[in-house]
Amino acid sequence: MQSWIPFIPESASTESSKVDALYFYLSGVTVFFTLLIAGVIILFVVRYRRRTPFEVPRPIAGSHTLETLWSVIPFVIAMSIFAWGASLYFHQFRPPNNAVEVYVVAKQWMWKFQHATGQREINELHVPVGQKVKLIMASEDVIHDFFVPAFRVKNDVVPGKYTTLWFEATKPGTYHLFCAEYCGMNHSQMVGSIVVMNPTEFNNWLSGNVNQQSAASSGQQLYQTLGCASCHGNNGEGGRGPALLGVFNSNVQLATGQTIRADEGYLRESILNPQAKIVNGFGPIMPTFQGVVNEEQNVQLIAYIKSLGTQAAGAAGAPGAQGSPKPPVREPTK
Amino acid sequence: MEEFKVPPPSKINYLNAEYGLKSWLLTRDHKRIALLYLGSISFFFMIGGIYAMLIRLELLTPHGQLLTSTTYNKVFTQHGIIMVFFFLIPSIPATLGNFLVPLMIGAKDLAFPRINLLSWYIYMLGGIVTIYALLAGGVDTGWTFYVPFSTTFSNSYVVATGLGIFISGFSSILTGLNFIVTIHTMRAPGMTWFRMPLFIWAHYATSLIMILGTPVIAITILLLAFERLAHVGIFDPALGGDPILFQHLFWFYSHPAVYIMVLPGMGVVSELIANFSRKNVFGYKFVAFSSLAIAIFGFLVWGHHLFVASQSVYAGMIFSFLSFAVAIPSAVKVFNWSATLYKGSISYETPMLYGLGFIGLFTIGGMTGLFLAALAVDVHLSDTYFVIAHFHYIMVGGTLLAYLGGLHYWWPKITGRMYPEGWGRFSALVVFIGFNLTFLPQFVLGYMGMPRRYHYYPEEFQVLHVLSTAGASILGVGLLIPAIYLLWSMRYGPIAPANPWHLPGLEWRTQSPPPTENFEQTPVVTWEAYEFAPIDEMEVVGRYGESKAEV
Repeated sequence: MQSWIPFIPESASTESSKVDALYFYLSGVTVFFTLLIAGVIILFVVRYRRRTPFEVPRPIAGSHTLETLWSVIPFVIAMSIFAWGASLYFHQFRPPNNAVEVYVVAKQWMWKFQHATGQREINELHVPVGQKVKLIMASEDVIHDFFVPAFRVKNDVVPGKYTTLWFEATKPGTYHLFCAEYCGMNHSQMVGSIVVMNPTEFNNWLSGNVNQQSAASSGQQLYQTLGCASCHGNNGEGGRGPALLGVFNSNVQLATGQTIRADEGYLRESILNPQAKIVNGFGPIMPTFQGVVNEEQNVQLIAYIKSLGTQAAGAAGAPGAQGSPKPPVREPTK
Repeated sequence: MEEFKVPPPSKINYLNAEYGLKSWLLTRDHKRIALLYLGSISFFFMIGGIYAMLIRLELLTPHGQLLTSTTYNKVFTQHGIIMVFFFLIPSIPATLGNFLVPLMIGAKDLAFPRINLLSWYIYMLGGIVTIYALLAGGVDTGWTFYVPFSTTFSNSYVVATGLGIFISGFSSILTGLNFIVTIHTMRAPGMTWFRMPLFIWAHYATSLIMILGTPVIAITILLLAFERLAHVGIFDPALGGDPILFQHLFWFYSHPAVYIMVLPGMGVVSELIANFSRKNVFGYKFVAFSSLAIAIFGFLVWGHHLFVASQSVYAGMIFSFLSFAVAIPSAVKVFNWSATLYKGSISYETPMLYGLGFIGLFTIGGMTGLFLAALAVDVHLSDTYFVIAHFHYIMVGGTLLAYLGGLHYWWPKITGRMYPEGWGRFSALVVFIGFNLTFLPQFVLGYMGMPRRYHYYPEEFQVLHVLSTAGASILGVGLLIPAIYLLWSMRYGPIAPANPWHLPGLEWRTQSPPPTENFEQTPVVTWEAYEFAPIDEMEVVGRYGESKAEV
């Protein structure tokens, strides 16, 4: 964490310098207007101080020109900040397609990570430089918030849904990870670190251990043990329940006539609250798995369903559309 | 020009018209009720201040050596709850507003004197319930009560505290109702809408928010209590509810509540700047309407508290845009106040020092609000110390300074005694320095990434925390000094004349302290707001009561 400019945190992602640029612009505008107002006030207060006890200055009516000027100019400046901030925000909240996915489960008071390739970590996340990383985040209990000051990124982790966040680290190092949404007694100890490594080091780290199941294969085991296969088919080909092959990110027609995109949030809801959005042509026969699977297992089931999607897409002749770019079978850190 | 006459000082005024505890507890006089409020909110301010001191002391070291984490969490929660709901919201409206709204428009009292007294009793009941909750074990949810932590996970007195806030909300509603009806129906002959002091306009706008916004927080707290006690599933995702819905409801009130806190302060500052430079407020109508604009736009920006709360990206953009829009009327006020000083006759009494300090600090508070309205920057800054610093610049640098300025300004009218000017100026300076030293470092901490509500923190932040605590100590002393000399002056201060600052406002055209019915006879207003008559004319008509009339 050395070598920072005073009062600016380490800048270690592709986004951080962009946010800093807007921050500097805002700081400049603030300093300018604060000094302008303070200067004008001090000037007037000194220049027009009361000289004789009963003097009464001539009243001044006001000026529409001035009122217009000092409404329009601040408005134009405000709009420039708005547009700049909004375009960066739009970029920040649109995860790129070619990102590696990491599943994050937050709970009082720890961060649990599972790489798509299987490595699990607690309160420490290893990522390579120059690789876009997308986090898919769920909470087991209350609202948490994933905050990495060095990357200038933050997003709440909200129970009941998935939220996402992405970044691309640019500089190797170890950076703070904070929980930024108050979450109870040990909120201030729900901290960790993001370890950014050079790609070769990262690959070494990845292959350091060998007996970790990938999230998808853990999910496949759960799929069997929970009895999902009895309705959705042994390999997700469907049966009494809808087919899961290729369902991820496809458009699903619901019994209500609505069409919905089967993203992670929809799959999660369909496991925990199956009656909420029933696929057209199927009966409301699936029991809830609320309280049966926790968020981590949920994530694994969804990883499995996503892997089915990959196979289907592959079979249909669209290779490389999705999928995990990393070698399989790895291991957790200590 | 008969209305200029100030009656010779009478021995009978609202303070000595009746004696005894009962005469206070059953009073219907808006001025006495204002004093009841003044005493009560000072008590709550003291409690909130003690919590603030505990927070700053604890943060001197990064390892949380003074309190346990649970206690620390309760301390910052209770600091927020007490300061927001029991000091800032009632502060200026319930004390200065209560005292001055009738006086400034030439009325005998507020429209509903009994409801006014009722509002104080409701406030006290809410306060007592909250104090009970704090003594019984306290609450650790943060003043924002976010679910599902507050509904399912917290083991503290959430419902009891919520009940206290729920009850006290009704006192705001009643005060707002009273002000609106009074301003509409009880203005003295000749007191047209555009002759009203800007203090009145600000209170009118504030009252609108109180009436329209407060019921929403009441509903929100009720839903929270149902959810916590009966698990009905409004907010709990496991039961099909939505935790973000709570945040929408909470901020739908709590963002406008920021304007409940700061608009009256802007009203006070308009009075201070105009009267201590003997100038009419530059662009009177723009300042008046900007209060209304803030009150209305203020209801449309709550979503800027949810930029990182999984709100849709497009909703974020709209709320960001509207938040920038609401900054404009505030900027217009600042420019108009500055222009009011131009070619004025400016004197530097304590209230004016607070007024000038307000403009500076409110400017910083407002400008740093733009950082938080700018979406991508807010992503980095939200829930950090930057936010803490920003809203303390508005709440303390704005509201508290305006409150202190107003209290000094109208102190002669309220108590009939002058405060010691030298001590006043000195403490205003100490408050200004202490405040900036406390909160400027927190902007820096925030950008460096220090999250709010942290009991333990990384060691690299310690230097800035120590600076902040040093500033808070200075600020504490700066606030203690006026507490002492104001109390002292109530008994030993020099007797105040009817119009110590030589001003045209109606409240200065009656004796100090005013009689129970405010004016000997109903005043007839023939002058514009802030119309400073030429001195010789004013002297002829006995503007300075005692001094000239006796010659």
